[in-house]
Amino acid sequence: MKQFLVITSSAPYGSAQAREATDLALAAALFDQKVSLLFQGDGVFQLLPDQNPAVIEQKNLSAMQQALPLYDVEDLFYCADSLKERGITQDKLALPAKALSRSEIALLIRQQDHIFHV
Amino acid sequence: MKYTLIIQSAPIDHQSSYTALRFARALLKAGHSIERLFFYGAGVHNATSHSVAPQDELNLPEQWQQFVTQHSLDAVVCIAAAVRRGVINSAESSRYSKTGDNLADGYDLSGLGQLVASAVESDRVVTFGAGS
Repeated sequence: MKQFLVITSSAPYGSAQAREATDLALAAALFDQKVSLLFQGDGVFQLLPDQNPAVIEQKNLSAMQQALPLYDVEDLFYCADSLKERGITQDKLALPAKALSRSEIALLIRQQDHIFHV
Repeated sequence: MKYTLIIQSAPIDHQSSYTALRFARALLKAGHSIERLFFYGAGVHNATSHSVAPQDELNLPEQWQQFVTQHSLDAVVCIAAAVRRGVINSAESSRYSKTGDNLADGYDLSGLGQLVASAVESDRVVTFGAGS
């Protein structure tokens, strides 16, 4: 078993990248690898609650991401600075992700066998 | 060392997939091996057989295909990403009742499990991003 980190740095609906990062994290967990997921940069927009993408004819990524803990992608992290820079407050996040400082992110990255930046 | 390369950007729009090809060539030249090339997201467009370039311009999908076949590389195109973007082989073409297919020879359409399995076997995984 290897330790994988998937880094997602795109907002949920402007491109396919956020969904593709989520798909990859789920696939890695499904194939019995230890997977962490880090939301950073615009990726923290994925953590906003009450997303309503139906009005732009998109599927709700946030609803799909609720399955992450069920598939044992339990280590969910976000960059605290990225959140703050975008004016998002911590008490209204859609996922039980843990805040990390930039130096903690550096440490997290050093602990991995492989990093996937989708 | 054994490498897995993930190619996530389309040809033409970004330099990223050309950089990936040059990196892949350099790997083999330096004596490393490529466990698998995995084309994900918009990167699936590199595997089209239908790209046409003016004579004095680089045809990147053609260059990729030559590289893959010349070195008999394992090259997997993410099936979910590909069918959404209209990159399909003859099997998918008939499955979805389409009139043609455009996946170049030498590529397999398969799932993300192929990326995970390759990463498990590799010393290094290098991502060539989508240039968001």
